[in-house]
Amino acid sequence: MRRSVSGAVFTAVAILAMGVLGARANNSSLAMQAKAESTEVKIDNFSFTPATLTVSLGSTVTWTNRDDIPHTVVSADDPKVFKSKVLDTDEEFSFKFDKAGTYSYFCSIHPKMTGKVVVQ
Amino acid sequence: MAGKVKDELLYDHNHDGIDRRGFLKCMAWAGTGAFCVIRGGVLRSYSMSRLAEMDPKEMTGELGFAQISDSHMGFNKAANPDVAATLKAAVDKINGLAVTPEFLLHTGDISHLSKPEEFDAVDQILKGAKPQDVFYVPGEHDVLNDDGKQFLERYGKGAKGAGWYSFDKKGVHFVGLVNVMNLKAGGLGTLGHDQLEWLEDDVKHLKHSTPIVVFAHIPLWSVYPEWGWGTEDSAQALSYLKKFGSVTVLNGHIHQTMQKVEGNVTFHTAASTAFPQPAPGKADSPGPMKVPAEQLKSVLGITDVNSVRGQQALGVVDSTLE
Repeated sequence: MRRSVSGAVFTAVAILAMGVLGARANNSSLAMQAKAESTEVKIDNFSFTPATLTVSLGSTVTWTNRDDIPHTVVSADDPKVFKSKVLDTDEEFSFKFDKAGTYSYFCSIHPKMTGKVVVQ
Repeated sequence: MAGKVKDELLYDHNHDGIDRRGFLKCMAWAGTGAFCVIRGGVLRSYSMSRLAEMDPKEMTGELGFAQISDSHMGFNKAANPDVAATLKAAVDKINGLAVTPEFLLHTGDISHLSKPEEFDAVDQILKGAKPQDVFYVPGEHDVLNDDGKQFLERYGKGAKGAGWYSFDKKGVHFVGLVNVMNLKAGGLGTLGHDQLEWLEDDVKHLKHSTPIVVFAHIPLWSVYPEWGWGTEDSAQALSYLKKFGSVTVLNGHIHQTMQKVEGNVTFHTAASTAFPQPAPGKADSPGPMKVPAEQLKSVLGITDVNSVRGQQALGVVDSTLE
Protein backbone atom coordinates (compact mmCIF):
# COMPACT_ATOMS: atom_id res chain seq x y z
CA MET A 1 0.00 0.00 0.00
CA ARG A 2 2.76 2.41 0.96
CA ARG A 3 4.41 1.87 -2.41
CA SER A 4 1.34 2.76 -4.44
CA VAL A 5 0.61 5.90 -2.40
CA SER A 6 4.16 7.25 -2.72
CA GLY A 7 4.14 6.16 -6.38
CA ALA A 8 1.06 8.25 -6.97
CA VAL A 9 2.72 11.22 -5.28
CA PHE A 10 5.84 10.83 -7.42
CA THR A 11 3.72 10.53 -10.55
CA ALA A 12 1.86 13.71 -9.64
CA VAL A 13 5.16 15.52 -9.07
CA ALA A 14 6.48 14.23 -12.39
CA ILE A 15 3.38 15.42 -14.25
CA LEU A 16 3.67 18.86 -12.58
CA ALA A 17 7.36 19.05 -13.50
CA MET A 18 6.60 18.14 -17.09
CA GLY A 19 3.88 20.77 -17.20
CA VAL A 20 6.24 23.46 -15.92
CA LEU A 21 8.99 22.47 -18.36
CA GLY A 22 6.52 22.28 -21.22
CA ALA A 23 5.25 25.77 -20.48
CA ARG A 24 8.79 27.12 -20.36
CA ALA A 25 10.22 25.66 -23.55
CA ASN A 26 9.00 23.34 -26.26
CA ASN A 27 12.47 21.78 -26.66
CA SER A 28 12.55 20.59 -23.06
CA SER A 29 9.13 19.10 -23.44
CA LEU A 30 10.26 17.21 -26.56
CA ALA A 31 13.35 15.99 -24.72
CA MET A 32 11.19 14.66 -21.92
CA GLN A 33 8.95 12.95 -24.40
CA ALA A 34 11.90 11.31 -26.16
CA LYS A 35 13.23 10.11 -22.80
CA ALA A 36 9.85 8.68 -21.86
CA GLU A 37 9.72 6.74 -25.14
CA SER A 38 13.03 4.88 -24.71
CA THR A 39 11.59 2.23 -22.46
CA GLU A 40 12.29 -0.84 -24.54
CA VAL A 41 14.55 -3.69 -23.51
CA LYS A 42 15.49 -6.22 -26.15
CA ILE A 43 16.13 -9.81 -25.14
CA ASP A 44 18.44 -11.51 -27.59
CA ASN A 45 21.45 -13.83 -27.62
CA PHE A 46 20.95 -14.63 -23.91
CA SER A 47 21.20 -10.99 -22.80
CA PHE A 48 19.12 -7.92 -21.96
CA THR A 49 19.88 -4.79 -24.00
CA PRO A 50 20.43 -2.26 -22.58
CA ALA A 51 21.62 -4.11 -19.49
CA THR A 52 20.86 -0.97 -17.47
CA LEU A 53 17.90 1.14 -18.56
CA THR A 54 17.20 4.52 -16.96
CA VAL A 55 13.62 5.76 -17.16
CA SER A 56 11.58 8.54 -15.61
CA LEU A 57 9.09 7.82 -12.90
CA GLY A 58 5.80 6.39 -14.09
CA SER A 59 7.32 4.87 -17.25
CA THR A 60 6.18 1.55 -18.58
CA VAL A 61 9.07 -0.64 -19.64
CA THR A 62 8.51 -3.29 -22.28
CA TRP A 63 10.76 -6.30 -22.74
CA THR A 64 10.57 -8.13 -26.09
CA ASN A 65 12.11 -11.54 -26.63
CA ARG A 66 13.95 -11.58 -29.97
CA ASP A 67 15.85 -14.77 -29.12
CA ASP A 68 15.01 -18.21 -30.48
CA ILE A 69 14.87 -19.53 -26.90
CA PRO A 70 12.25 -18.61 -24.29
CA HIS A 71 13.19 -16.26 -21.47
CA THR A 72 11.55 -14.60 -18.46
CA VAL A 73 11.82 -11.21 -16.78
CA VAL A 74 11.79 -11.62 -13.00
CA SER A 75 12.55 -9.09 -10.28
CA ALA A 76 15.57 -10.07 -8.15
CA ASP A 77 14.11 -8.34 -5.09
CA ASP A 78 12.41 -10.11 -2.23
CA PRO A 79 9.44 -9.87 -2.44
CA LYS A 80 9.49 -9.80 -6.23
CA VAL A 81 8.35 -6.47 -7.70
CA PHE A 82 7.46 -8.01 -11.08
CA LYS A 83 7.50 -11.44 -12.71
CA SER A 84 6.65 -12.24 -16.32
CA LYS A 85 5.23 -15.46 -17.62
CA VAL A 86 7.61 -17.31 -19.92
CA LEU A 87 8.17 -15.27 -23.09
CA ASP A 88 8.56 -17.25 -26.28
CA THR A 89 10.09 -15.68 -29.37
CA ASP A 90 8.55 -12.23 -30.13
CA GLU A 91 6.45 -12.19 -26.96
CA GLU A 92 6.47 -9.11 -24.70
CA PHE A 93 6.18 -8.20 -21.07
CA SER A 94 5.48 -4.70 -19.70
CA PHE A 95 5.70 -3.23 -16.23
CA LYS A 96 4.93 0.30 -15.02
CA PHE A 97 7.41 1.74 -12.53
CA ASP A 98 5.60 3.97 -10.03
CA LYS A 99 8.40 4.31 -7.50
CA ALA A 100 11.93 5.65 -7.89
CA GLY A 101 14.79 3.26 -7.31
CA THR A 102 17.01 0.63 -8.89
CA TYR A 103 15.28 -2.57 -9.88
CA SER A 104 17.47 -5.60 -10.54
CA TYR A 105 15.97 -8.43 -12.56
CA PHE A 106 17.01 -11.67 -14.26
CA CYS A 107 15.79 -14.50 -16.45
CA SER A 108 14.64 -17.25 -14.10
CA ILE A 109 15.37 -19.89 -16.78
CA HIS A 110 18.90 -18.61 -17.45
CA PRO A 111 19.84 -16.80 -14.23
CA LYS A 112 23.16 -15.63 -15.63
CA MET A 113 21.08 -13.16 -17.66
CA THR A 114 20.66 -10.07 -15.48
CA GLY A 115 19.60 -6.46 -15.99
CA LYS A 116 18.62 -3.30 -14.14
CA VAL A 117 16.00 -0.61 -14.47
CA VAL A 118 16.86 2.69 -12.82
CA VAL A 119 13.75 4.77 -12.16
CA GLN A 120 14.37 8.48 -11.52
CA MET B 1 20.16 -8.74 -37.03
CA ALA B 2 20.97 -9.71 -40.59
CA GLY B 3 21.85 -13.18 -39.36
CA LYS B 4 18.50 -13.46 -37.66
CA VAL B 5 16.62 -12.62 -40.85
CA LYS B 6 18.59 -15.26 -42.68
CA ASP B 7 17.68 -17.80 -39.99
CA GLU B 8 14.02 -16.95 -40.31
CA LEU B 9 14.14 -17.52 -44.04
CA LEU B 10 15.89 -20.81 -43.52
CA TYR B 11 13.25 -21.78 -41.00
CA ASP B 12 10.38 -20.97 -43.39
CA HIS B 13 12.25 -22.79 -46.08
CA ASN B 14 12.44 -25.91 -43.95
CA HIS B 15 8.69 -25.89 -43.57
CA ASP B 16 8.31 -26.31 -47.27
CA GLY B 17 7.10 -29.87 -47.94
CA ILE B 18 10.01 -30.93 -50.11
CA ASP B 19 12.63 -29.64 -47.75
CA ARG B 20 10.93 -31.24 -44.81
CA ARG B 21 11.04 -34.59 -46.56
CA GLY B 22 14.65 -33.87 -47.38
CA PHE B 23 15.30 -33.16 -43.73
CA LEU B 24 13.68 -36.42 -42.61
CA LYS B 25 15.48 -38.34 -45.33
CA CYS B 26 18.78 -36.92 -44.14
CA MET B 27 18.04 -38.16 -40.66
CA ALA B 28 17.97 -41.72 -41.92
CA TRP B 29 21.49 -41.23 -43.19
CA ALA B 30 23.96 -43.32 -41.22
CA GLY B 31 27.32 -42.01 -40.10
CA THR B 32 29.69 -42.35 -37.21
CA GLY B 33 29.44 -41.17 -33.62
CA ALA B 34 31.21 -41.97 -30.38
CA PHE B 35 30.61 -44.03 -27.30
CA CYS B 36 32.43 -44.20 -24.00
CA VAL B 37 33.06 -47.05 -21.61
CA ILE B 38 34.05 -46.63 -18.00
CA ARG B 39 35.96 -49.49 -16.39
CA GLY B 40 37.39 -49.18 -12.90
CA GLY B 41 36.71 -45.46 -12.91
CA VAL B 42 38.60 -44.83 -16.13
CA LEU B 43 36.68 -43.57 -19.12
CA ARG B 44 37.46 -44.82 -22.60
CA SER B 45 35.99 -43.32 -25.71
CA TYR B 46 35.42 -45.22 -28.95
CA SER B 47 34.12 -44.31 -32.34
CA MET B 48 30.69 -45.72 -33.17
CA SER B 49 32.23 -47.30 -36.23
CA ARG B 50 34.15 -49.57 -33.86
CA LEU B 51 31.04 -50.93 -32.19
CA ALA B 52 31.04 -53.88 -34.57
CA GLU B 53 34.61 -54.87 -33.63
CA MET B 54 33.91 -54.70 -29.92
CA ASP B 55 33.24 -57.81 -27.89
CA PRO B 56 29.51 -57.53 -27.08
CA LYS B 57 30.31 -58.99 -23.64
CA GLU B 58 32.13 -55.77 -22.84
CA MET B 59 28.87 -53.92 -23.29
CA THR B 60 26.62 -56.42 -21.57
CA GLY B 61 26.07 -56.47 -17.84
CA GLU B 62 23.34 -57.41 -15.46
CA LEU B 63 21.68 -54.06 -15.83
CA GLY B 64 21.42 -51.89 -18.88
CA PHE B 65 19.47 -48.69 -19.26
CA ALA B 66 19.40 -45.76 -21.63
CA GLN B 67 19.47 -42.03 -20.97
CA ILE B 68 17.74 -39.50 -23.16
CA SER B 69 17.69 -35.77 -22.52
CA ASP B 70 16.50 -32.36 -23.60
CA SER B 71 13.78 -33.38 -26.03
CA HIS B 72 12.43 -29.77 -25.92
CA MET B 73 9.11 -30.79 -27.45
CA GLY B 74 7.58 -27.62 -28.90
CA PHE B 75 10.86 -26.11 -30.14
CA ASN B 76 10.47 -25.32 -33.85
CA LYS B 77 13.25 -22.92 -34.78
CA ALA B 78 15.94 -23.28 -37.44
CA ALA B 79 18.22 -25.47 -35.31
CA ASN B 80 15.63 -28.26 -35.56
CA PRO B 81 12.16 -27.69 -37.00
CA ASP B 82 11.07 -31.23 -36.15
CA VAL B 83 12.03 -32.24 -32.61
CA ALA B 84 9.35 -34.95 -32.61
CA ALA B 85 11.09 -36.71 -35.50
CA THR B 86 14.49 -36.62 -33.77
CA LEU B 87 12.97 -37.94 -30.52
CA LYS B 88 11.37 -40.76 -32.52
CA ALA B 89 14.77 -41.45 -34.07
CA ALA B 90 16.20 -41.74 -30.54
CA VAL B 91 13.46 -44.23 -29.65
CA ASP B 92 14.22 -46.24 -32.82
CA LYS B 93 17.88 -46.27 -31.83
CA ILE B 94 16.99 -47.53 -28.35
CA ASN B 95 14.71 -50.19 -29.81
CA GLY B 96 17.52 -51.30 -32.11
CA LEU B 97 20.09 -51.85 -29.33
CA ALA B 98 21.46 -55.40 -29.10
CA VAL B 99 20.35 -55.58 -25.48
CA THR B 100 17.03 -53.95 -24.62
CA PRO B 101 17.57 -51.42 -21.83
CA GLU B 102 15.53 -52.24 -18.74
CA PHE B 103 14.33 -48.66 -18.43
CA LEU B 104 14.89 -45.11 -19.62
CA LEU B 105 16.11 -42.06 -17.77
CA HIS B 106 15.01 -38.67 -19.08
CA THR B 107 17.24 -35.97 -17.63
CA GLY B 108 14.89 -33.07 -18.21
CA ASP B 109 13.70 -30.40 -20.59
CA ILE B 110 11.09 -32.85 -21.77
CA SER B 111 9.07 -29.88 -23.03
CA HIS B 112 10.14 -26.51 -24.39
CA LEU B 113 7.45 -24.32 -22.78
CA SER B 114 5.85 -26.62 -20.13
CA LYS B 115 2.72 -26.90 -22.28
CA PRO B 116 0.46 -29.92 -21.61
CA GLU B 117 0.41 -30.81 -25.31
CA GLU B 118 4.22 -30.86 -25.36
CA PHE B 119 4.37 -33.35 -22.48
CA ASP B 120 1.60 -35.37 -24.17
CA ALA B 121 3.58 -35.55 -27.41
CA VAL B 122 6.68 -36.86 -25.62
CA ASP B 123 4.63 -39.40 -23.66
CA GLN B 124 3.10 -40.62 -26.91
CA ILE B 125 6.49 -41.03 -28.64
CA LEU B 126 8.03 -42.79 -25.63
CA LYS B 127 5.14 -45.28 -25.66
CA GLY B 128 6.85 -46.61 -28.78
CA ALA B 129 10.03 -47.47 -26.84
CA LYS B 130 10.62 -51.10 -25.87
CA PRO B 131 11.52 -50.13 -22.30
CA GLN B 132 8.27 -48.91 -20.78
CA ASP B 133 9.62 -47.65 -17.48
CA VAL B 134 10.81 -44.05 -17.75
CA PHE B 135 12.30 -42.12 -14.83
CA TYR B 136 12.29 -38.34 -15.11
CA VAL B 137 13.83 -35.31 -13.49
CA PRO B 138 12.68 -31.84 -14.54
CA GLY B 139 14.65 -29.33 -16.57
CA GLU B 140 14.03 -25.60 -16.20
CA HIS B 141 11.81 -25.73 -19.29
CA ASP B 142 9.47 -28.21 -17.56
CA VAL B 143 8.65 -26.03 -14.55
CA LEU B 144 7.75 -22.72 -16.23
CA ASN B 145 4.89 -20.59 -14.91
CA ASP B 146 3.64 -23.05 -12.25
CA ASP B 147 6.72 -23.85 -10.11
CA GLY B 148 6.70 -27.39 -11.41
CA LYS B 149 3.18 -28.35 -10.31
CA GLN B 150 2.31 -29.93 -13.64
CA PHE B 151 5.61 -31.80 -13.81
CA LEU B 152 5.01 -33.28 -10.35
CA GLU B 153 1.47 -34.34 -11.25
CA ARG B 154 2.64 -36.06 -14.42
CA TYR B 155 6.02 -37.54 -13.50
CA GLY B 156 6.66 -37.00 -9.81
CA LYS B 157 4.10 -39.23 -8.09
CA GLY B 158 5.65 -40.43 -4.86
CA ALA B 159 8.63 -38.11 -5.22
CA LYS B 160 9.78 -35.81 -2.44
CA GLY B 161 9.83 -32.00 -2.52
CA ALA B 162 10.14 -30.61 -6.04
CA GLY B 163 10.43 -34.14 -7.46
CA TRP B 164 13.55 -35.83 -6.05
CA TYR B 165 13.53 -39.58 -5.33
CA SER B 166 15.63 -42.72 -5.31
CA PHE B 167 15.15 -46.34 -6.32
CA ASP B 168 17.16 -49.55 -6.53
CA LYS B 169 17.64 -51.77 -9.55
CA LYS B 170 19.69 -54.96 -9.30
CA GLY B 171 21.93 -53.64 -6.58
CA VAL B 172 22.47 -50.21 -8.14
CA HIS B 173 21.09 -47.23 -6.20
CA PHE B 174 19.64 -44.50 -8.41
CA VAL B 175 19.04 -40.97 -7.15
CA GLY B 176 17.05 -38.43 -9.17
CA LEU B 177 17.77 -34.84 -8.09
CA VAL B 178 16.11 -31.53 -8.97
CA ASN B 179 18.38 -28.51 -9.46
CA VAL B 180 16.20 -26.23 -11.58
CA MET B 181 13.94 -24.68 -8.94
CA ASN B 182 14.27 -21.28 -7.24
CA LEU B 183 17.22 -20.19 -9.36
CA LYS B 184 18.73 -16.94 -8.12
CA ALA B 185 19.82 -13.95 -10.21
CA GLY B 186 23.35 -14.46 -11.49
CA GLY B 187 23.46 -17.96 -10.02
CA LEU B 188 23.75 -21.57 -11.13
CA GLY B 189 21.56 -24.63 -10.59
CA THR B 190 20.51 -25.17 -6.99
CA LEU B 191 19.63 -28.27 -4.97
CA GLY B 192 18.72 -26.47 -1.76
CA HIS B 193 18.86 -27.38 1.90
CA ASP B 194 15.85 -29.72 2.06
CA GLN B 195 17.02 -31.85 -0.83
CA LEU B 196 20.60 -32.04 0.45
CA GLU B 197 19.33 -33.17 3.83
CA TRP B 198 17.18 -35.82 2.17
CA LEU B 199 20.11 -37.03 0.08
CA GLU B 200 22.39 -37.37 3.10
CA ASP B 201 19.76 -39.49 4.79
CA ASP B 202 18.93 -41.48 1.65
CA VAL B 203 22.46 -42.83 1.17
CA LYS B 204 23.51 -43.04 4.82
CA HIS B 205 22.67 -46.70 5.34
CA LEU B 206 23.89 -48.04 2.00
CA LYS B 207 26.94 -50.27 1.77
CA HIS B 208 30.09 -48.59 0.45
CA SER B 209 30.18 -51.14 -2.34
CA THR B 210 26.78 -50.09 -3.70
CA PRO B 211 27.14 -48.52 -7.16
CA ILE B 212 25.45 -45.11 -7.15
CA VAL B 213 23.93 -43.38 -10.17
CA VAL B 214 22.86 -39.78 -9.60
CA PHE B 215 20.86 -38.07 -12.34
CA ALA B 216 19.80 -34.43 -12.55
CA HIS B 217 19.23 -31.91 -15.33
CA ILE B 218 21.91 -29.24 -14.84
CA PRO B 219 25.45 -30.64 -14.53
CA LEU B 220 26.55 -31.33 -10.95
CA TRP B 221 30.07 -30.27 -11.87
CA SER B 222 31.32 -26.93 -13.01
CA VAL B 223 31.22 -27.27 -16.81
CA TYR B 224 31.08 -23.55 -17.59
CA PRO B 225 29.71 -21.29 -14.84
CA GLU B 226 29.79 -18.28 -17.19
CA TRP B 227 26.83 -19.86 -19.01
CA GLY B 228 25.25 -21.18 -15.83
CA TRP B 229 26.45 -24.71 -16.54
CA GLY B 230 26.97 -25.92 -13.00
CA THR B 231 25.20 -26.32 -9.66
CA GLU B 232 25.91 -24.02 -6.69
CA ASP B 233 25.70 -26.63 -3.95
CA SER B 234 26.74 -29.76 -5.83
CA ALA B 235 29.95 -30.10 -3.78
CA GLN B 236 27.89 -30.71 -0.66
CA ALA B 237 25.79 -33.33 -2.44
CA LEU B 238 28.92 -35.10 -3.64
CA SER B 239 30.44 -35.02 -0.15
CA TYR B 240 27.67 -37.42 0.93
CA LEU B 241 28.78 -39.84 -1.80
CA LYS B 242 32.49 -39.90 -0.95
CA LYS B 243 32.32 -43.24 0.85
CA PHE B 244 31.09 -45.10 -2.21
CA GLY B 245 33.45 -46.88 -4.53
CA SER B 246 31.54 -46.10 -7.70
CA VAL B 247 29.50 -42.98 -8.33
CA THR B 248 28.23 -41.98 -11.76
CA VAL B 249 26.55 -38.63 -12.32
CA LEU B 250 24.34 -38.26 -15.40
CA ASN B 251 23.19 -34.83 -16.53
CA GLY B 252 21.69 -33.07 -19.56
CA HIS B 253 21.13 -29.33 -20.07
CA ILE B 254 24.22 -28.52 -22.14
CA HIS B 255 23.12 -30.44 -25.28
CA GLN B 256 26.47 -32.12 -25.86
CA THR B 257 28.36 -35.06 -24.45
CA MET B 258 31.11 -34.41 -21.97
CA GLN B 259 32.82 -36.60 -19.42
CA LYS B 260 35.03 -36.05 -16.41
CA VAL B 261 36.46 -38.35 -13.75
CA GLU B 262 37.12 -36.94 -10.30
CA GLY B 263 38.16 -39.46 -7.68
CA ASN B 264 35.37 -42.00 -7.27
CA VAL B 265 32.95 -39.92 -9.34
CA THR B 266 32.47 -40.05 -13.09
CA PHE B 267 30.47 -37.16 -14.53
CA HIS B 268 28.71 -37.47 -17.80
CA THR B 269 26.43 -35.19 -19.80
CA ALA B 270 24.13 -36.48 -22.53
CA ALA B 271 23.38 -34.97 -25.90
CA SER B 272 19.96 -33.51 -26.62
CA THR B 273 17.49 -35.34 -28.82
CA ALA B 274 16.40 -31.89 -30.12
CA PHE B 275 19.24 -29.48 -30.94
CA PRO B 276 22.94 -29.07 -30.19
CA GLN B 277 24.48 -26.22 -28.19
CA PRO B 278 27.99 -24.81 -28.64
CA ALA B 279 31.01 -26.02 -26.69
CA PRO B 280 31.67 -23.88 -23.59
CA GLY B 281 32.79 -20.38 -24.55
CA LYS B 282 32.87 -21.21 -28.27
CA ALA B 283 30.01 -18.81 -29.07
CA ASP B 284 28.62 -15.53 -27.78
CA SER B 285 25.82 -17.36 -26.00
CA PRO B 286 24.69 -20.93 -25.34
CA GLY B 287 21.87 -20.60 -27.91
CA PRO B 288 20.84 -23.44 -30.26
CA MET B 289 23.55 -24.33 -32.76
CA LYS B 290 22.39 -24.40 -36.33
CA VAL B 291 24.00 -27.27 -38.19
CA PRO B 292 23.16 -28.49 -41.70
CA ALA B 293 20.26 -30.98 -41.61
CA GLU B 294 22.46 -33.82 -42.81
CA GLN B 295 24.73 -33.29 -39.81
CA LEU B 296 22.03 -32.80 -37.20
CA LYS B 297 21.72 -36.42 -36.20
CA SER B 298 25.43 -36.72 -35.62
CA VAL B 299 25.19 -34.20 -32.80
CA LEU B 300 22.02 -35.55 -31.19
CA GLY B 301 21.90 -38.74 -29.25
CA ILE B 302 21.13 -41.21 -26.54
CA THR B 303 23.23 -42.71 -23.79
CA ASP B 304 23.18 -46.41 -23.02
CA VAL B 305 24.47 -47.23 -19.57
CA ASN B 306 25.41 -50.75 -18.64
CA SER B 307 26.07 -51.78 -15.10
CA VAL B 308 28.29 -54.79 -14.59
CA ARG B 309 27.40 -56.29 -11.24
CA GLY B 310 30.28 -56.82 -8.88
CA GLN B 311 32.71 -54.73 -10.86
CA GLN B 312 31.64 -51.54 -9.14
CA ALA B 313 31.84 -49.61 -12.35
CA LEU B 314 29.37 -48.50 -14.93
CA GLY B 315 30.01 -48.59 -18.62
CA VAL B 316 28.64 -45.52 -20.32
CA VAL B 317 28.07 -45.70 -24.03
CA ASP B 318 27.14 -42.64 -26.05
CA SER B 319 25.72 -43.03 -29.48
CA THR B 320 24.51 -40.39 -31.84
CA LEU B 321 21.21 -40.65 -33.68
CA GLU B 322 22.95 -41.54 -36.93
